[in-house]
Amino acid sequence: MANERKLRILVAKPGLDGHDRGARVIARALRDAGFEVIYTGCHQTPEQIVQTALQEDVDMIGLSILSGAHNYSFPRIMELLKENNAEDIVVVGGGIFPLEDIPKLKAIGIREIFTPGSKLDDIIKWVRENVKPRKAAA
Amino acid sequence: MEIVEQVLRGDVRAVARLLRDIDDQVPSTRSILKELYPYTGKAYVVGFTGPPGAGKSTLVDQITAYYRRIGKTVAIIAIDPTSPFSGGAILGDRIRMQRHFLDKDVFIRSVATRGHFGGLTKSTHDMITVFDAMGKDIIIVETVGVGQGEVEIADCAHTTIVVSVPGLGDDIQAIKAGIMEIGNIFVVNKADREGAKKTVQELRTILDMGRRFRMDIGEMDDWEPPIVETQAHKGIGIDELCDAIERHKAYLTAQKPEQFRKVMLKRTLHQFSETLRDELFKEMVRRIERRGDTLESIAERIFQKELDPYSVSRQLIKEEFISHEQ
Repeated sequence: MANERKLRILVAKPGLDGHDRGARVIARALRDAGFEVIYTGCHQTPEQIVQTALQEDVDMIGLSILSGAHNYSFPRIMELLKENNAEDIVVVGGGIFPLEDIPKLKAIGIREIFTPGSKLDDIIKWVRENVKPRKAAA
Repeated sequence: MEIVEQVLRGDVRAVARLLRDIDDQVPSTRSILKELYPYTGKAYVVGFTGPPGAGKSTLVDQITAYYRRIGKTVAIIAIDPTSPFSGGAILGDRIRMQRHFLDKDVFIRSVATRGHFGGLTKSTHDMITVFDAMGKDIIIVETVGVGQGEVEIADCAHTTIVVSVPGLGDDIQAIKAGIMEIGNIFVVNKADREGAKKTVQELRTILDMGRRFRMDIGEMDDWEPPIVETQAHKGIGIDELCDAIERHKAYLTAQKPEQFRKVMLKRTLHQFSETLRDELFKEMVRRIERRGDTLESIAERIFQKELDPYSVSRQLIKEEFISHEQ
């Protein structure tokens, strides 16, 4: 019971698309897996997403995007995390991505991309294996 | 300690991490809190409580905008429930507060109840300590959606605001004990809905009866809780609410210093009791484990009716805390 370290995850939707069904389903699945999920709604700028991640001390950011603007917003988010010395936060993407974009996104540090058809169980399993709660500071 | 310096300087990352460690009950946070404690006592704490969906987050967003306009720095502790089955939580209060995300003088922290009852989290008091030491002028605490008995916020906030909405139930709901008794200000939100006037009327009646009762038992202060009608999403009634908060604050701090002292003392007592209870419990668990036992195994024996919870608790206290002294 004491000293229980819980994974904290930010689920965010960058940019202008307002379709958040997918993000909500993911948020719910992560909750059911026992994680604390901060959900901030649609139309977030990269700056808003990074500020939220810092204040909430999350271990991972899940970016849901269907608009096709990932080649702008994802690199910007990575840049801002770096500026704030927060590169330790794991960033993943989910949504619709042209296959040729995926290697480029991974090259800038996006750890995984989940495309349509990804199973919730597989996503949870990936999170459990790849994201560990930050160690206590002191 | 470096972390103490960082918190006093207002380092966002350091504060965010410390809050996490406090929430996770990392033992070393106790000594950090001890160092921060002398720097506290300057912030004003405003609590919002009320049923789920009453509009607490939207009101917090509006009040935050007000404080920012008059140049105050703000911290928000927004509490949502933990799932009793998975232990997970969806923390969604931020959705209503997006316009403050880029304001360096607003720090929003979402927290999950993690099985704590009472409307707050176990960590709320200590988080207030951190934000206070960090130099935030106003700390707004938004409780988890509450029903009737979750009154802990009143031991935490200087001004407690109970938010209600029209159409929640019949008149009898309002005469039950509990959250109806703790409000310094009452808000009827969604006041454009049918039944709003009736809700205000009922509240008024109940509050008047409460006043008379407290007068009879000599517990009376002369603050009359105002009832403010709002439509939070449109910003209607927000000026009146802000005015009511300022009046209550002035009442406590300027007109009634002895009342303010009472509130502060009550907060301190609550924080102290919680800490003491927590430390004692942890110490007992440590000692039980040192005996090669666990809480679960004792519970198993209680379940089998070999032991009963009353005697075993008394026995443990006697053996571990009392007989040692003699």
